[in-house]
Order: sequence, then C-alpha cells, then structure tokens
Amino acid sequence: MALLTKKDASLILDPLADNNPITIQVLGICSALAITAELKASVVMAISVLFVLGIGNVVISLLRNIIPSKIRIIVQLIVVATLVIIVDQVLKAFAYELSKTLSVFVGLIITNCIIMGRFEAFALGNGPWKSFLDGIGNALGYGIILIIVGFFRELLGSGTLFGFPVLGNPISKTGLYATGYENNGFMIIPPAALIVVGIIIWIQRSKNKALIEDN
Amino acid sequence: MSDRRLTFKKRLHILKHHYRDKKMAPMFNAFHTFLFAPDDTTHSGSHVRVADDLKRTMNTVIMALIPVLLFSMFNAGYQHYSAINGFPTDFLVMEHFLTWDNFWIGIVKVLPLVIVSYGVGLLVEFIFAIIKGHEVEEGYLVTGMLVPLIVPIDTPLWMLAVSVVFGVVIGKEVFGGTGMNILNPALTIRAFLFFAYPTWMSGDKVWVHEAVERAGTADAISGETVLGYLAQNKGAEFTYSISDMFFGFIPGSVGETSTFLILLGGLFLIFSKIASWRIMLSAVIGSLVMGLIFNMVVDAGIITETSTFYGLMSFEYWQHLLVGGLAFGIVYMATDPVTGSQTNRGKWIYGFLIGFISVMIRVFNPAYPEGVFLAILLMNVFAPTIDHYVIKGNIKKRLKRLKNATILPKDSDSKAEEIKAETV
Repeated sequence: MALLTKKDASLILDPLADNNPITIQVLGICSALAITAELKASVVMAISVLFVLGIGNVVISLLRNIIPSKIRIIVQLIVVATLVIIVDQVLKAFAYELSKTLSVFVGLIITNCIIMGRFEAFALGNGPWKSFLDGIGNALGYGIILIIVGFFRELLGSGTLFGFPVLGNPISKTGLYATGYENNGFMIIPPAALIVVGIIIWIQRSKNKALIEDN
Repeated sequence: MSDRRLTFKKRLHILKHHYRDKKMAPMFNAFHTFLFAPDDTTHSGSHVRVADDLKRTMNTVIMALIPVLLFSMFNAGYQHYSAINGFPTDFLVMEHFLTWDNFWIGIVKVLPLVIVSYGVGLLVEFIFAIIKGHEVEEGYLVTGMLVPLIVPIDTPLWMLAVSVVFGVVIGKEVFGGTGMNILNPALTIRAFLFFAYPTWMSGDKVWVHEAVERAGTADAISGETVLGYLAQNKGAEFTYSISDMFFGFIPGSVGETSTFLILLGGLFLIFSKIASWRIMLSAVIGSLVMGLIFNMVVDAGIITETSTFYGLMSFEYWQHLLVGGLAFGIVYMATDPVTGSQTNRGKWIYGFLIGFISVMIRVFNPAYPEGVFLAILLMNVFAPTIDHYVIKGNIKKRLKRLKNATILPKDSDSKAEEIKAETV
C-alpha cells in the first residue's frame, strides 16, 4: 500500500486480530453483551464507536500539547461526550426505533473503556494521522466482534438477520421450522453473548498460541 | 505361542501396545478399560488412594440409577394411558403399572433419550480426548445417565443433542475435563434446555407423553404436575395421594418422580461410601426448615388464600421432598464429588443451602416451578468459597490452640523457649 507505510497499516490491522480490544484486552464487554441480540443494533453500535473513536482520537491528538495533564481526563470526557451526543441526536432523528433499542448504550459509549483507553494510551502521544488510524483500527476490531456475536445471536435466537426471516416462519412453520427446528431462547439473553465471546477467544487463542498467558 | 491360543483379553493388550502413541489410543483405551482391568497400574492421581478407581465409582452410581430408570419407563406409559383413560379407581401395581403397554411407551420414548445422551456426550468426549491427547475420562458415564432422567418425556432428541454438546463443552471441557468443572454438567445441560426451549421444559403439557400433540384437540389431555397445580392455587384439584407421590405415580421429569426408589438409591450410595451422607442429610434439613418457615407464615395469617403464593406456601413442609426433582437433585446431583464442597463442615453448609434455596425458588418464582437445578448450580459456584472459609477458620482455630499451648520444659528452659518462639 502506497498510502500507508507498514507501521501505519499495523495500526489498523493489529487491533483486528492479535490485539483486539474485546478478545485480547477484554475492554468494552458491557456493550458487547447488552446490544448484540440483534445484528442491526450491533452494526449501528459499531459505526457509532467508529465515528466517536476516529474523530475523538484526532481531536485529542491535535490538542495534546495544550491540554494540561492535570485535567486531561476532563478534557477527554468533554470531547467524547460531545461526539456521543452528536451520534445520539442523529440516531434519534433518522432511526428512532433503533435508538430506542440501543437506549442508554449509545450514551454509555462515553464510558466505553476502549475509547478512554485509546485517548490515554495513544492519542496523547502521537500525531493526528497516526491517532486517526489507531482509532479506526480499534473501533473496527470492536465492531467485528460485535457483528460476529450479533450474527450468531440473531440467527440462532430469532431465526432472522437484520430482521429478515432467513430460516422460515416459526409461527406458520415454514422453511427450517417445518422440520421441527425451534429458535434458541438462550441466545437472546445476555449470558449467551458472554459464552459466544468466550468461544471466539477460545478459537483465537488455539489458532495463535502466542496469545496464551503463562500462569 | 501361536496367536490362536491367546485369549480375547490378551489380544486386546497386544492391540493396546500396538496403538500406543497413535492418535486413536485414547479411544481404544476407553473401550478396553471399560471391558477389562488394564494391565498397567496407575502412575498418578488422587484415586490411587482408594481401592476402587473412578470407573468403579461411576459404575456404582449408575447401578443406583438403574431402578429409577426402569421405574420411569413404566411410569411414562402409566401417565400416558391414565391421562387418556382416567386413573384406575382401584390401583393394582401388577395390573395397572407393570404392564407391557406401559413398558413399551418407556422403550419408545425413554430409551432414545438415553441413547442420544450417551452417544452425543461420549462422541464429544472422544473428540476432545483425541485432540488433546489425554485418556477418555469416565465422568460422562454418570452424566449421560442423569440427563435423560431430568428432562420431560417428549423432549425432541435434537434439542437434547444440542444441549448435551453445550453442556459437555461449555460446562466441562473448557475447564479441563472431568474433575476440573465448576458446574455439574448434567444440570448445565438441563439449564441450557430450560432457557433455550422453555416451551418444552415447563407448563402443563410436557410431562405426559403426547400431551403436546393433543393440545387444542378434542382428545386433549392434561399432565399438570403437583407443583404446577399448587403454583396456580389449585391444590384441591389434583387427586394424587401421599403414597402416589412417595412411590412416584405422578407426572414429572422422566426419572424424578419416585422418591421411594431415589431413597433406596441414596442409601445404596451412602453404604457404598460413594456419596456424602452429610450433603444429603443437610439438604433434607434445609428444605424442611424452609418449608416449615413457609407453613408458619401461613399459620400466622400473614399469607391468606388470596395470595398467589398461598398454594405452595401452605403445602405441608415435608411433602416438598416427595414432589418435583428435590429428592433426585439431593441424592444424585448435589452429591457430585467434583462440584460439591470437599470439607466436612463445608458439606453441611453447602447441602443445607441447596435444600433451603430450592424450596425458596420453588415457592417464590412461579416461572421456575422447579428451583432445584438452579439452587444446586448456584451452590456449585459457591462451593469453593465455602471450602476456602472453612479451611481458613480451621487454621485460625488451630493457631489459637497453638498459642495457648504451654510447652513443658524437658531438657532445659532455653530449649523450650526456642521451640515456643519457632512455633508461635
């Protein structure tokens, strides 16, 4: 890639797998459990975090030399709160039903550990371009896990994807339901998300032994 | 010596050495040691201490379960035909219960549950043993027998298969296999079934064969359990007598109904020293105490007949042990040596809380008429904590004793002082 140097590319690619914010750093679990019962909500959440983290990292990076270190957390909070309110208002204006499904969890992006973590760990010490890439990379890593979990939970729990019935109609017993298949109610409740995330972590670590901690 | 003169057993031993260090070795060894005692001795592990190994332990539990399984096969048919034709007015065991018609329903409905449970569970165990390169562990022998006994009779087989895969993988293998699991695998399987497919696991239609299919038609039959009647404040409507409940001629999960046979199995396990009598006894005490508290609340007039809890709260305290899965859970589930408490005092606390919480969930949560499996799973999680504090308390007590101890001077006073300084 001519646009990105190798080091820049790793800023985006690392958080997708080997340094994934959810499966490796175990951050942002709360929202991953709460909103992944539907694929649509997962995608919207992923895009929202992508927006907040991408822009937020750039803003913090630009301000990094003029923020007094004693009040840097407050400045970070103001930046992230501003961006989250923008997201919240946009959702309310254009996707009201969805914003009701996501309820407080859009607002809670403010407290998402991934965002404050990247502000503190990366944006305060790097230039805007690198910070932007880092923000995009981490948000994508978060989003990918959200979408994987959302895919399995909606498919197995409700038999739909993005609200479309892909397995047939459970009430009139068409498609797969004609054979006696039934939706798995367990996948709808949040503990199922914990188990799906756990299985992803399991698969990832068995593929890449370097990720296994010694104890 | 020609091959001809070798016995079957010897040939297996030769085959075993042939397969050693091959990928399929664990699978071969599992079948081999199931049939014969192995020709090599155990090198390590906690079971070296006792005369009987893990496999014998497991077989003893299965022996205690066989009467329950046979009874459940007859009861499946008995409940089915009684729901259609009405309960016999003068009940005779030989004519109304131990009949081929009843047993046939059991063979058709219960046996497939057993086969699927063992087949799928052992397949998962074999796959894990081959991938991880360890021996197939015996833990599933008991789990596989418990699972069909704690599900409703008409549970679709594919649901059971999915749940078994989940229970064995998530409940046991991810923690490292038999002996390392935190939760009882059989109850994990039941909990998964309960939360994944609630319509098949609760209500008044699932406990009797064909009640689901007939719902809404002219042939509709009801199979409400005793607890189900009580939860709806319809305690006066069921016709089961105390002896029906005790001997198990009532609807319920496949193997949980006969308190009598479960009691016999429990005594067998206690006398063969496989299961802990402390856990069983304390769990019975715990459930009686909770039942008594509820009875007293009703007697004091705090809860009246208009309350939704009246039916279950006014239920005689000792009868809680006769209905639902409480007795089965106490004898076969709570006493699981892996997931229960290990210390003696811990066992009393662990068992007591299982009985106490089971009856509490049963009465207070109409959505979970059967709280036993939730109570045991909850206490499984707390068992290590209980043990931790029991051991800590013991250490404290002993330290105190040591501090108060006076060491008598023997050779010289200075030596005694030295010892005292070291030990305190």
